Order: sequence, then structure tokens, then C-alpha cells
Amino acid sequence: MPPASSMTPASLPSRPPALRLVDVACRRGERLLFTGLNETLEPGELLWLRGGNGRGKTSLLRLVAGLAAPEHGRILWDDVPVRRSPRFQRDLVYVAHANALKDDLTAAEALAFLARVHGRDAAPAAVRAALARFGLAGRERTPVRSLSQGLRRRVSLARLALAPEPGLWVLDEPFDSLDIGATATLHEVLDGHRARGGSVLLTSHHLPLSVDAAGHALPAPRTLDLDALVAGRPAVAGAFAVAAPAETA
Amino acid sequence: MRDHKPPFTKVPDNHAVTDRPSPSRLTWLTFSAPARFYDLAGTLAPACGLAAALLALAGLWIGFFVAPTDATQGQVYRIIFIHVPVAWMSMLLYVAMAFWAAIGWFLNARMASILARAIAPTGALFTLLALWTGSAWGRPTWGTWWVWDARLTSELILLFLYLGYLALVAAIDDTRRADKAGALLAIVGVVNVPVIYFSVIWWNTLHQSATITFGSAPKMASTMLWAMLLMTLACWAYAFAVIFVRARAIVLEREGANAWARARLAGRHARM
Amino acid sequence: MNGAVFAAVYLRDLRLAWRRRVEAALPVAFFIVAASLFPLGVGPEPQMLRQIAPGVVWVCALLAAMLSMPPLFASDLADGSLEQLLLAPDAALAVAAAKDAAHWTISGAPLVVAAPLLGLLLGLPSEELPVLFVSLILGTPVLSLLGGVGAALTLGLRSAGMLIVLIVLPLAIPALIFGTGAVAAVDAGQSPSGHLSLLGALLIACGLGAPVATGAALRIALE
Repeated sequence: MPPASSMTPASLPSRPPALRLVDVACRRGERLLFTGLNETLEPGELLWLRGGNGRGKTSLLRLVAGLAAPEHGRILWDDVPVRRSPRFQRDLVYVAHANALKDDLTAAEALAFLARVHGRDAAPAAVRAALARFGLAGRERTPVRSLSQGLRRRVSLARLALAPEPGLWVLDEPFDSLDIGATATLHEVLDGHRARGGSVLLTSHHLPLSVDAAGHALPAPRTLDLDALVAGRPAVAGAFAVAAPAETA
Repeated sequence: MRDHKPPFTKVPDNHAVTDRPSPSRLTWLTFSAPARFYDLAGTLAPACGLAAALLALAGLWIGFFVAPTDATQGQVYRIIFIHVPVAWMSMLLYVAMAFWAAIGWFLNARMASILARAIAPTGALFTLLALWTGSAWGRPTWGTWWVWDARLTSELILLFLYLGYLALVAAIDDTRRADKAGALLAIVGVVNVPVIYFSVIWWNTLHQSATITFGSAPKMASTMLWAMLLMTLACWAYAFAVIFVRARAIVLEREGANAWARARLAGRHARM
Repeated sequence: MNGAVFAAVYLRDLRLAWRRRVEAALPVAFFIVAASLFPLGVGPEPQMLRQIAPGVVWVCALLAAMLSMPPLFASDLADGSLEQLLLAPDAALAVAAAKDAAHWTISGAPLVVAAPLLGLLLGLPSEELPVLFVSLILGTPVLSLLGGVGAALTLGLRSAGMLIVLIVLPLAIPALIFGTGAVAAVDAGQSPSGHLSLLGALLIACGLGAPVATGAALRIALE
């Protein structure tokens, strides 16, 4: 299936790129965790990466984020390998399992630092707004060391509110330690991102909120099951329907 | 609609290529495959060991019995027939280690990294020998067990560089990371060695109170040169033999799970 | 090199050190205590102390710098900040340079300031103190740069502290020789400019090469 970008005539607005995993193999230490992974993540999609402990979910996320090179195969963003793509660096938000917050900084300072390092808007007003989005209004000046585990996770996730462009979000256990309110906020933020054409690759031991506010069941997201991949069973399942990316300007 | 790769059933053995018989044409990369290196080294190591023993016997005999007595230093000078070749080897092996480690890192060649790891302990040993023979030479000549002259001091610093490399690769559990980190350290070391050597010479000339220069080996008669040459070749051969044996052991350690390694081990057990 | 990343990391590290001022002052305290041990160990005879003073000050500065190296990257590794910093491929160089610069500002510069005081304690004549000062201004950045390579190579290892000392000290020997040589030259009535120029050249070479090596080592450690 040809990548979307090459099908776009000059007159239409260009779509955000797709993430393609081509025959990817992942190694940890001396062991090959899995091989032969082929997958494409189109704009507006969410892919839920599943698998048992130690199966390689975090390792795969790190490969996608470009922190390590895959043992075999390629990971492409807009058909350019991610480790060599400046565009990918602008489009990527990677929220790891660890929060990446320094204990001695305030919430606002820690968030501003992360934003600055990744070339995002680090103006005080924007940082305040991002923290408020995740329910941390009034806690901008609190040192990270005094925040609970859940609140720290929220500060770490507030980076997502500073990334309005439709890029790739790679999230490792984002729902960890979040309470119900924060979980709902994260869902809203993810939905907004997908509506703008962004894509999401995340791991989570379970995906909360399979019903929306009105009580209707939400379609099950697309999943990639590493346990099945290694065992040779079909690995991808779930809805193929995609939240339509905004195609008009 | 989506790319679905047919499911696979086992983790592929990426050493399948080395199960095939040796190719008829040798190329640069022929022995970069661990299995072929293992077999080649297994044949060469005993031959090198034998050569080392014969060369050493010849060299030592000439050096200790045939070469004439030195006018100024008497019989003691004969220790240079061990000291100088061993010191040369220690420096040469460091450069070789850095070279192979760099190849292993930049070209992602496993065998090269294994070679670098195999060279390091031998290089450190030669450095120790150089220091020991240097000290043994100094004792009867100058009356002290150690002298801080430029060459001995540089040799001591070289020993520290070797120890740093060995300590670093031993401390890292992940073999790939250990190989790469070791390569980086070795390259940094190799680049620094000329700077260190120059600065030590500078330091030595600054603090030259007594005229203790170690280095002036006696003017060489031709028999002495022969002895030196034979001992150098003996050290080379010994180094090759030991490095081959060690590299084979590392290869088995790392590749032990693969089919060809199990076959070799089974063959060895059958013969024992 | 990524200027925004450099500035962000450098300023953040300064801010963090300011918030932990007491910990930041530990290397200087070690420096003074260690140098003070020498008279206690070798006797207070002024002639001898004066002779060993430049060497003692330099060696203690070396050790103080090395012992403050392990936390350079380790705390960022532990809380996940290092991963975030290294996401961009060209960021490794900027991060390495910023960390080395911050280390020198926080740990190295105070050593330079304390050195003349120690020189006086050890009986160094006052005309030699400026040279000692200048030699350390040129030499302590070299130590920070080389130490950065060691810290990155040993990132996350158990015995990182001792390993850094073993790995970096041999590489720091030229700086030690030229630095103490400059002071000895003044003591002998000669000009120290030869030694100081060599030290300066060493600083430039390390400034260009060490952050590259440190960046490469960081990427190796995170793979």
C-alpha cells in the first residue's frame, strides 16, 4: 500500500506522515525478543501495544522513539528512518514509563524544561495552561518532590498539551497511577490529537474507559499483541475504522 | 489492507550461514564469521605456540650465551633481550586492540570485537613483564628497584590504560554495550598515548637531577640484533597463540547456543 | 550543536546545584581536607612543603574533580531525563557539552578559587600563586571534559566512581604535568608560557574532542 504522502496532489493539504515498521526484530541483551514485525500506523490511528511482562513492549517503544536501533528491519516516518529524520524529532512526543522530572524543580520549571529541550512552546502562560488542562492549576510552584506519584504522572503527561501539531505520540503506560478524572482527561487529549490527524502508539495493561460519557460502548481500539506475534498467531486485531483526520485546511 | 506477514514459528538462527562448508574463494570477510575463525584459530594456535617456543629458545640462547659481554654494563644488560621485545609488543598490542575494537564498533563486526577483548589481557601481561624486566635491569645497575625515567613511566601509564579497559568491559554486563564502550575507551586511549608519551618525556627532562637515563642500550653487535629479532618474533608468535586460544574461548562463550558451536563442543567431548 | 538544548541543560543544572548548595560545595571541602593531609603525612618542614605544593594542589584538584563526576549523568538516567534529552540525534553533543560546562562551573571553578589559599597553606611563595591559579583555570576544564567521557562510559554501573578514576586519571596526566610544570618554571625563575600554552592547546583539543566522545558514549549507554 503506497504511503499516503506520495498520493497527495499538490493542491490538497498534505496529510501527516504514517509510521511504518518493516520486518522489525528487537533484541534485549543476548535474546531476540521478537522478529518479523510489520505494521503501519496511519494518521489519526491509535495502536494499543499489548503483551505480557518482559515481552518487549517498552523495548519496541524505545525503538520507535529512535533511542536504539532495531536488530533487523526499519522503522520509517514519512519513509525516512526515524533515527535520521529531523522531521520525526519535531513530530515525536515520547512519554516513557519514568516521568523525567527533577525532584528539585517546580512542576512548571520541570515541564518548561522538557518543552524547551524538545523545541515546544515553553512560555509561562502555555506551561500554566498545559498544567491546568491536566488538573494541576495552582500547583505550578510546587516542587516535584512534594507531588504524589499520580500528580507527577500528570505533570509528565502535560507535555502532550504542549504539542498541538499532528505528530506521533509514543506513550509507555500513560494511565499508570492516574485517577478517574485524570484518566478521562487523558482520553480527551488523545481523542483530540487523533482528530487533528495525530497518531498514538501506547502500552497499557488495560485500556480504561471502554464506554463514553453517555454510556455507549466505544469501539475496541486496534491492538498489536506481542505474545501472539512471538507465538506465530495473528497479532493485529480490532477496529480498522480510523478517526477521520481533518482534511480541509 | 494491511501488511500481514505470515506468522513464523521460531526465532531465526542468524548464524545459519556459518553452518555451510568453507567457501572455495577466500575473501576479506571469510574469517569474520565466528565458526570459520574458530576452526582456523584452532589449527593455527598450536603451530604458533610451537614457533614461539623454538624462536624463544633460539633467541635466548644467542642472547644469553653467544652475544658478547657489554663493556659498560656487564652481563646484566642481557635482560634487554626480553625487556625490549616485550615492551614493543605491549605498545603494538594496544594499537591492535584499539584497531580491532574500532572495526567491531563501526562495522558492527562481532569477530573484531571478540579479537579486541582477547588481545587486552595479553597486552596487559606484556606490559607487566616489561615493567618487571625493567625493574630487574635497574636494580643491579642503579641500586633501586624502580626508576622514574620516561620510558618506564610511560610503560606504567600504559598498564593503567590496559587496566582501565579491562575493568570497564568487565563491569558492563551487556556484551554489545561492553564492546562498544571498550572500543570508545581504546580509541580515546590510542589518541592520547602520543600526548602522554610526549608529556612524560617533557616531565622527565624537567626534573633531570641525576643522569639516570635508562634507555641507552649498548651499541649493538650483530649477534645482539639477531637475538633481539628472534625474541621479537617469539613474542609475536606467543601473542598470536594465546590470543587465538582466548578468542576461541570467547567465541564459544558468546555463540554457545548456536548449532555449529554445539557440534564443535560435541566433537571435542567425543574425542576426550 | 543544538544551542537551545545546550542552554536549557546548562541553566537547569546550575539551578539544581543552587537548590542543593551544600552538596555542591562538597568537592571543594574534599579538596581542602585532602590537601591538608599532606603536611600531616610528610611533616611540616616549609622547604619540602613548598616543593611539593604545586603537585599536591594539582593532584587533590584532580581527585576532587573525579570524585564529583559519577552523579553527572547518573541522576538524569535514574529519573528518565537522559532518555528525553537524547531523543534528537544531534542532541547528544549538546547535552555532553552542557553537562561538562555545568560541572566545571559548579565543581571546577570553586577549586580554582580555593587553590591559591591552599598554596599559601603549603608555603608556596606569593609570586607563584598567580601561575598556579592560571594553570588550574586552564586545567580544571580539561578535567571536567575528560571526566565527562569517563562518566558517560560508566553510566549506570555499580562501581562507577572508582572506574572513572581508573579510566580518566591516566588521560589527565599530561594536564597534570604541564600544570605543575608551569609553577615549577616560575620557581626556577623561568617563564611559564611554554607550559601554559601546551595546557591551553590541550584544553582546546579536549574541548573539541571530548564532548563528541561523551555524546557517543551516552548513546552507547542508552541503547
